[in-house]
Amino acid sequence: MSTRFTKWLAGAVLGATAMVGATAGAKAEDTIKVGVLHSLSGTMAISETTLKDVMLMLIEEQNKKGGVLGMKLEPVVVDPASDWPLFAEKARELISVNKVSAVFGCWTSVSRKSVLPVFEELDSILFYPVQYEGEESSRNIFYTGAAPNQQAIPAVDYLMEEEGVERWVLAGTDYVYPRTTNKILEAYLKAKGVAADDIMINYTPFGHSDWQTIVADIKKFGSAGKKTAVVSTINGDANVPFYKELANQGIAATDIPVVAFSVGEEELAGLDTSNLVGHLAAWNYFMSVDTPENAEFIEKWQAFTENPKRVSNDPMEAHVIGFNMWVKAVEKAGTTDPDAVIDALIGVSVPNLSGGYSTMMPNHHITKPVLIGEIEADGQFNIVSQTSGLIMGDEWSDYLEGSKDLISDWRAPLSCGNFNVATGKCGGSGE
Amino acid sequence: MMRSLFLRCLRPLAAPVLAAVMAAAFVLAGLMAAAPAARADAAGDALALFASKSYDDIEKGIADLAASGHPQAIDILSALGDRRLHVAGDAIVFEDAAGTWHDALTGAALDGEPAGAKAVRANNRIRRAVDAALGQLTLMSADAGKRYDAALSVFKSRDQASLPLVRSALETEQDGKVKRALQQALAALTLYGDADETAKLEAIDVIADMGNQDALATLVGVPEPTPAMAEAISSAQDAIESSLAIWSGVQSVYYGISLGSVLLLAAIGLAITFGVMGVINMAHGEMVMIGAYTTFMVQEVIRNSAPFLFDYSLAIALPLAFLVAGAVGVAIERGIIRFLYGRPLETLLATFGLSLVLQQAVRTIFGPTNREVGNPSWMSGAFDLGGLTLTYNRMWIIVFAFVVLAILMVVLRRTAFGLQMRAVTQNRRMAGSMGIRTNWVDSLTFGLGSGVAGIAGVALSQIDNVSPNLGQGYIIDSFMVVVFGGVGNLWGTLVGALTLGITNKLLEPVAGAVLGKIIVLVALVLFIQRKPRGLFPQKGRAVER
Amino acid sequence: MITKRIFGNDRLTLWFLGILFGVLALVAVLNLATTPDSAFHVPTYAVALMGKYLCYAILALSIDLVWGYVGILSLGHGAFFALGGYAMGMYLMRQIGPRGVYGDPILPDFMVFLNWKELPWYWLGFDNFFFAMFMVALVPALLAFVFGYLAFRSRVTGVYLSIITQAMTYALLLAFFRNDMGFGGNNGLTDFKDLLGFNLQTDGMRVTLFVSSGILLAACYLLCRWITLSRFGKVLIAIRDAESRTRFMGYRVEGYKVAAFTLSGIMAGLAGALYVPQVGIINPGEFAPQNSIEAVVWVAVGGRGTLVGAAIGAIVVNLGKTLFTGWLPDLWLFALGGLFVFVTLLMPKGILGTVPQLLEMARNRRAQNAVAEKAPDAPPSADAPKGAGE
Repeated sequence: MSTRFTKWLAGAVLGATAMVGATAGAKAEDTIKVGVLHSLSGTMAISETTLKDVMLMLIEEQNKKGGVLGMKLEPVVVDPASDWPLFAEKARELISVNKVSAVFGCWTSVSRKSVLPVFEELDSILFYPVQYEGEESSRNIFYTGAAPNQQAIPAVDYLMEEEGVERWVLAGTDYVYPRTTNKILEAYLKAKGVAADDIMINYTPFGHSDWQTIVADIKKFGSAGKKTAVVSTINGDANVPFYKELANQGIAATDIPVVAFSVGEEELAGLDTSNLVGHLAAWNYFMSVDTPENAEFIEKWQAFTENPKRVSNDPMEAHVIGFNMWVKAVEKAGTTDPDAVIDALIGVSVPNLSGGYSTMMPNHHITKPVLIGEIEADGQFNIVSQTSGLIMGDEWSDYLEGSKDLISDWRAPLSCGNFNVATGKCGGSGE
Repeated sequence: MMRSLFLRCLRPLAAPVLAAVMAAAFVLAGLMAAAPAARADAAGDALALFASKSYDDIEKGIADLAASGHPQAIDILSALGDRRLHVAGDAIVFEDAAGTWHDALTGAALDGEPAGAKAVRANNRIRRAVDAALGQLTLMSADAGKRYDAALSVFKSRDQASLPLVRSALETEQDGKVKRALQQALAALTLYGDADETAKLEAIDVIADMGNQDALATLVGVPEPTPAMAEAISSAQDAIESSLAIWSGVQSVYYGISLGSVLLLAAIGLAITFGVMGVINMAHGEMVMIGAYTTFMVQEVIRNSAPFLFDYSLAIALPLAFLVAGAVGVAIERGIIRFLYGRPLETLLATFGLSLVLQQAVRTIFGPTNREVGNPSWMSGAFDLGGLTLTYNRMWIIVFAFVVLAILMVVLRRTAFGLQMRAVTQNRRMAGSMGIRTNWVDSLTFGLGSGVAGIAGVALSQIDNVSPNLGQGYIIDSFMVVVFGGVGNLWGTLVGALTLGITNKLLEPVAGAVLGKIIVLVALVLFIQRKPRGLFPQKGRAVER
Repeated sequence: MITKRIFGNDRLTLWFLGILFGVLALVAVLNLATTPDSAFHVPTYAVALMGKYLCYAILALSIDLVWGYVGILSLGHGAFFALGGYAMGMYLMRQIGPRGVYGDPILPDFMVFLNWKELPWYWLGFDNFFFAMFMVALVPALLAFVFGYLAFRSRVTGVYLSIITQAMTYALLLAFFRNDMGFGGNNGLTDFKDLLGFNLQTDGMRVTLFVSSGILLAACYLLCRWITLSRFGKVLIAIRDAESRTRFMGYRVEGYKVAAFTLSGIMAGLAGALYVPQVGIINPGEFAPQNSIEAVVWVAVGGRGTLVGAAIGAIVVNLGKTLFTGWLPDLWLFALGGLFVFVTLLMPKGILGTVPQLLEMARNRRAQNAVAEKAPDAPPSADAPKGAGE
């Protein structure tokens, strides 16, 4: 009896193995495949599902225009389920099994760190659309979100100049993006003459929900006779209880403004914003940007999702820019071969949604304007400041000990992601 | 001494504003006659500044408008603060609270929104200027509440231009609370103005008597104190700081009670399903989530069809959440759990599977994003009690948690159902032979536990995210509370929840939020190894179940 | 005699090991000896995937040893797995040497950008492979021993034990999330380069890791089998079924339980150590209580107390996960959750207990006259799990 069963079992195992392998076999030669690597389930589904939809819309639009190089684009969507090892596994599947020409995906830093070796090993292209902590430059990754200097530093400058802030609370979730951003900001503020006593740094765990103590501390810190502001790198889910507690303890934006780097239109959709009016966010795009490009995009997006209330946000714009850059680079190179496209991408310039052009720089980061918005009662942002020019993403922060001498330039002959200008060698700051 | 940048910006404006505000005061005191032409010009010039792109211009416009004595200055400025003030071509227009559009200069009503109207630029600095200007303009308001707010805003802005207004307001003020606020505002103005030392020393006393954070902030920033003043300030500062230190201890305990009440609410349903029935219900968190989503649905219906009921939304949601979560609970008991009695570990796995299904179901129906659940007005804001700031939502949740606990106690101890429930869980066979329908009691008990989890969800929707992950965040804590307190004992659950809450909050300022939580968890694990049955272990036969 | 003692004479073991080694050999050959265009080629992607399943199977085996045979339901076994993984990850990080982005010869990248000046003491020694491997076993063993000693000595059993194991892994999750701990916080350890000087990204290395996982699985299986069939194992089963009686008969129950729990922790740690180089990352997410519960469910699906069933359950469920998250991501949680409910309600003995039963029933119906004989390798009887919840 058990023999029969085990035979059956053996068949099943082998069959399944073959199935996994066999998906590799079928591939049509007349389409160009584009991978979409965003979590559709698990904790990150909240943010990433939208980006998958944006990619599907962009690909559909491009196909209406006739595709690329005379071929249709074909999206390949997989679900890494907010599971970091699964990101690497799915990236490998996309590249080696589905043979995609480029991948658009990831949200968290850890997911990017998880797939980075895979993209370098299999030599493919990843477009990463989210603001991040910098300190990285890979030949195979193109960073279309903001580096810290494209978000944090202009926001702090704005608060200093416009609101006269002299005392700072740097509050964040305990992970690498807030840690790095706060390190950079701390160094920057000290360089601007802010005393160490006037900076308070606080870290909380993911999903922190009891903010009573911390908000009371902020209030106390803010009553030392100097104008105080909070720079928040609090992540995702923890924001809702944080803002609720702020509003309830009566901290108005006119007293202690909070500027956030991870709160956008999508996050505000789950909040009653009437008590939050005046708190700020810094991004490179807001849905309220008043340009014809943006109006057209929002119209298409709402039609595509069949939801007239659907909001747009900054990482979505990053995907729009990244996708258009890729299309342009493929056409320029005349092939989808990753090496040719990687070279062709540098210098490509496409319109962004805030009325200018974004250019891919040799360090694989792009130029962007920085916008500061204040939350309005309807969950949108009132843009109160916009940098006059475009700011280039700085991958290696000048304010960090380990990276101040590093630059990245992927053009030949340098072709190095961590060139040390002090030693003149490629390969970091070590001796 | 450092001085706020804001003040520095306003200083050049102080003299003209002073003169003009005097005029405004006269207007508002009801002494005005026909509007002189010059005033209309001043208002017109001020309004023209609102069309500017520069915040400096707009800020000047605010001060000029307040000074111009324009009869509708208050309306226009509040419109600016709420971003209802627009520029349409050359004209400045605003939309009043009722939705009618007016021309700002003449006050004449317009038919509909003018073409090409664009909101006047405003940011926090502008809003602060608006608050300060409105503070001056409303010091004489007929409404005591408005006068109080005005006094507070003068206290905050310390705008020397308000000095004569505050003085004259003080002379006529009858309301004690407003009068005190005005005196404090006057003291702050005196300290930051150019009064002599005696006046300033008196002012220091007035402010020191406030004894709160605001007083401290005001005292710390006093410009150029004389030695005598510096001494008075530092002794006042010491006194305030030491009283604040005591209050901050009290505050930590209160926050601990508040956190404990949240834990209690989350755990109390589990104390019934797990504690009384012995069912390890890993889907307990999802019952809480169902309650929260019920609240969302109720508010959604109210928002769309009966907005006036919004303040009652929670009262409506409570019984509904109880029923919905209770019904789901009964269904789970009938469909799954009754086949697994006596096999607690299997129940654990089955209910864990169920929790995944419920989460995904909610995600599919409502989407993965957070849903907005609003605070009714009586749950919003805070009040001061001594040196404490108590927020209404947290306070009501504490009250609510205790009420729920009390009701449950009564149900368990004083009703026939409670008696049957205890009988069945203590000795099923015997209870059955006595004529109790044990199946029926099982279902209802599980339903009760789930229903209580549902109403906990209503309360938690007021302070936390309403998302499919809501329940996940509470499940481990809930089990800890029940096990720590001692299974099958509601008093134990209460003591357990409060102990964990307070310990957590006392550790937080010392060790930080993360480390504090880790310490509590480790201590808990060690405690359970010392006393495996919790704080209040059950005695007698039921233990051998 | 000895071979019989180790391999047993039951056909299930032979089949299991036979298929396992068959697959190992087949995959290794088909991956390395054929070209990617060949119809028989097994892509490297699939090799890494199967290697991962095998590590999960070892984890499931370690859970089955304590749950299926001693009645200890640990909902925190993911912690041992992750600790083993971290120990391996630390070795792999040290192997990167000056090839990190900052080029620091000693400090891993995340320490450089958090401005750490020197390696924390607990990272010392991890540049040595043998020391690291020793720690892979020692750290989970130590945690399991201390935790087990405290818990079992004070007779924390059943549900209470399950809940505090969950608290343990949850506390570790929070701790490892802290950047101040020096384990890379949420990002964990990643971007590994090589192992013992061999590049991790070559096909040969992947196949080696895959085969090692298979061999470790076989070894763990044989060890568990040997233990459960030994005198020691009989006492464990006695403890599972009637702990008090066993104690009254004079056995030091605590000692047996601690020993089994510690051994199980070591196995989980080894599984984690092989898992990390194959998936390329270790981060605190592995400590999540949900992961540990999922692992318990693999065992339940495969068949508790059967060893082979645990391994099969792990492979089947994870294969399902891979396929489902590709095809119908939205339905995956429904399927997984439904499976848990279905298995506990209708298949309490898991695949390995139920499938043969069904087959037997079918055969009996076909041949009415045949006498139903009891399978020699039948898993423990249905009422066995009752002891667990005492």
